Amino acid sequence: MERFAALVDGLVYTRSRNGKLALLADYLRTTPDPDRGWALAALTDGLDFPAVKASTVRGLLDARVDEVLWRLSRDYVGDTAETASLLWPEPHAPQPPPPSVTEVVETLAGATRATAAERLAGLLDRLDANGRYALLKLATGAMRIGLSARLAKVAFAQAFGVDVEAVEELWHGQAPPYADLFAWAADGAPPPDAQSLPLFRPFMLAQPLEETVVDLSAFAAEWKWDGIRVQLVHVPGQDGGQSRLYSRGGDDISASFPEMTDALRVPAVLDGELLVRGSHQGGEAGGAASFNALQQRLGRKSVSKAMLAEYPAFVRLYDVLLLEGEDLRPLGWEARRAALEDLVPRLDPARFDISPVIAAETLDELGEIRARARDDAIEGVMLKRRDAPYVAGRRTGLWYKWKRDPLLIDCVLMYAQRGSGKRSSFYSDFTFGCWDGDPDAGADLLPVGKAYFGFTDEELKWLDRFVRQHTVNRFGPVREVDRSLVLEVAFDSVHASKRHKSGLAMRFPRIHRIRADKPAHEADRLDTLRGLVAD
Amino acid sequence: MALDLAWIRPEPQGIYLPPADAWIDPAHAVARALVTHGHADHARGGHGQTVATAATLAIMGLRYGVMPEGGRVVDYGGSMDLDGGIRATFVPAGHVLGSAQILLERDGQRVVVTGDYKRRPDPTCAPFEVVPCDVFITEATFGLPVFRHPPIDEEIARLREALAAHPQRCVLVGAYALGKAQRLIAELRRAGHDAPIFLHGAMERMCGLYREWGIDLGDLRPVAGVAKADVMGHIVVCPPSALNDRWSRRLPDPITAMASGWMRVRQRARQRNVELPLVISDHADWDELTATITQVNPAETWITHGREEALLRWCALHQRPARALALVGYEDEDD
Repeated sequence: MERFAALVDGLVYTRSRNGKLALLADYLRTTPDPDRGWALAALTDGLDFPAVKASTVRGLLDARVDEVLWRLSRDYVGDTAETASLLWPEPHAPQPPPPSVTEVVETLAGATRATAAERLAGLLDRLDANGRYALLKLATGAMRIGLSARLAKVAFAQAFGVDVEAVEELWHGQAPPYADLFAWAADGAPPPDAQSLPLFRPFMLAQPLEETVVDLSAFAAEWKWDGIRVQLVHVPGQDGGQSRLYSRGGDDISASFPEMTDALRVPAVLDGELLVRGSHQGGEAGGAASFNALQQRLGRKSVSKAMLAEYPAFVRLYDVLLLEGEDLRPLGWEARRAALEDLVPRLDPARFDISPVIAAETLDELGEIRARARDDAIEGVMLKRRDAPYVAGRRTGLWYKWKRDPLLIDCVLMYAQRGSGKRSSFYSDFTFGCWDGDPDAGADLLPVGKAYFGFTDEELKWLDRFVRQHTVNRFGPVREVDRSLVLEVAFDSVHASKRHKSGLAMRFPRIHRIRADKPAHEADRLDTLRGLVAD
Repeated sequence: MALDLAWIRPEPQGIYLPPADAWIDPAHAVARALVTHGHADHARGGHGQTVATAATLAIMGLRYGVMPEGGRVVDYGGSMDLDGGIRATFVPAGHVLGSAQILLERDGQRVVVTGDYKRRPDPTCAPFEVVPCDVFITEATFGLPVFRHPPIDEEIARLREALAAHPQRCVLVGAYALGKAQRLIAELRRAGHDAPIFLHGAMERMCGLYREWGIDLGDLRPVAGVAKADVMGHIVVCPPSALNDRWSRRLPDPITAMASGWMRVRQRARQRNVELPLVISDHADWDELTATITQVNPAETWITHGREEALLRWCALHQRPARALALVGYEDEDD
């Protein structure tokens, strides 16, 4: 448990992604089974001890620490588990050595409501303050230390020198402590069986087209729809088999979209865009609503009937990876497309349609079609090599995304905040605003967005210097600057939002150009931005 | 015997002794000031007369550029008779070089003003002495039970491990320029760390003063002008305010560390972007604050600054009369 506690603290304090990866990879490589598997599960929210609640911890402390001292301490520290770890009285009697992660998991997993407190207390007595912190976080399932599932998989791959995409694929069928996964990666055992489980398969991704000129005869063009990329999986079995819906990052989002997992009864792995029915993208018939509508459905653990009726989801299919036991991924896109076109008539038309191929002879012609697409709130077009197999990740020359040109608006810099990691000495997060009326008639700026990329290293240095020289107020890590610098901000779309004072929220804002030449009062007004709202 | 304490009066600006017209650690310029130690929030400039230990006067002289007007030295164990029949005796407080508690006596009544203090051994200053008294006026900077400072050897070992694990980087330690920095360096030397230690410019003069006072800090070098490659694998000490500043860009991929009692709380460390929090404090922790009150065993405890609410609660739970003094200006975010 001491090594796990040191790992947790290292992950808490390390800001850089590479630093976190190195720490976790080292831990996984040098820690025995099954400790490392349980630790991995704890870090990725894969553990749950129903008998241990936050109230269990408070109850333990109530019995040991004066209530006023507890309240003052908790208020100061701001975290119940950390406060408890610091306040826990060191036992007077000699204790057994600190427990292993495995012993902790076994002790807590076997606990009932009646025994949980006593068992937890016994474990706390055997640990120091950092160990108690890690234990309480593990026990209450509230790690929240900024470690995504993806990062954990990359670290796992790095630890054992295996392919991260293979890890992605195998991981999903495994339960903690992942003995088969470690045996495969660390000891060269055969990979765990993946056929009969509703597993996630890594996505094939596109690279930006930018200056590349492609021969359109070798490529097929498709719309890039403005929803979220998903993978829908069904495997046969008892009680109708199992279905899962995965997001691009491999997160299981089945619970948010039960109508989709219910809809697929053909054993298959399908790639498509998750959308909500509406008239916004692609016209009245068979159209899709804007991204904003889809957002109403995202991140829900359960969905009400009203939600299902108001925002019905469907998947616009792009590709088929596996079909009825056959792995189609080695085939070229044309062969997979043919299989997909054959499949679609067998699916529920309310829940599935196929993303049409755009007829265009030349890149110029496609460019014109693409430029007209703005009104339909389509993100752009995709170019897929006709003979390309479906391969995980972003492989050069196979798929391109050609996003429509971004929208641009001139804003005024209002606040800047220090970045983290390598940027911790730079003011690199910028909040900017538009005029709420005529600035010469006394109108004020209202913040409309925040961006922390889009600029070069040289521009960042320039911006950092500007912020330091033009500071008018400081609020902790944030500086307010005088309203003199115009930033040309690029963004993909703008939507109505109740969360912001300006009533607007931009998607993917980034600093496009520094317009030091432009007087601040000539920056754009809110009305201009409102006119671009795509809802 | 009921306490008659009309001769000592806590004011928002400091502790005032009306019969002597003298102040202890006043926040503004006064005719006569008794100063416990050289930290800026206790040792302001511009007093008519400044009474302090010789080291504290030297530190004030360094900080303000000139020796205080009317500096009057009182050594540890030494006393000074003030007007109104008050005698002030200076006793080591163990906080930083020259730091003192001040024992005030009048008509058989004894009051101790601790200033800031700690109970752990410190190679750079004389250790705290327990002085029995009627009224104990204590600080409470770390007056919450969550603050328990670990042994300094553990923290020094963690610092050296981080250094050894990253030979291509350096460890940049933010440490208060007076006291903490020198104690950290002296403890590193005690642990056998003989390599040069590099200093931010703001550290150099105070380290020089400590050396003049006979404290061996080993091989110290200014970091200014030194090539990145020559700093790799070494420790650099800077004031906490320089940790995330542009200044640190000249260093080879520094691991950001900070030596402070506040580092006990993860969120405080994260707020400062600290990767290697070192829980090293020159103040008493909770256990030491409460143990000290028990040992001194005063009739009354007055609490000057810090998290006084929790210490008041502890005193109440232990049937010890206590009150909080609302003094201004004493708060040390960096210590």
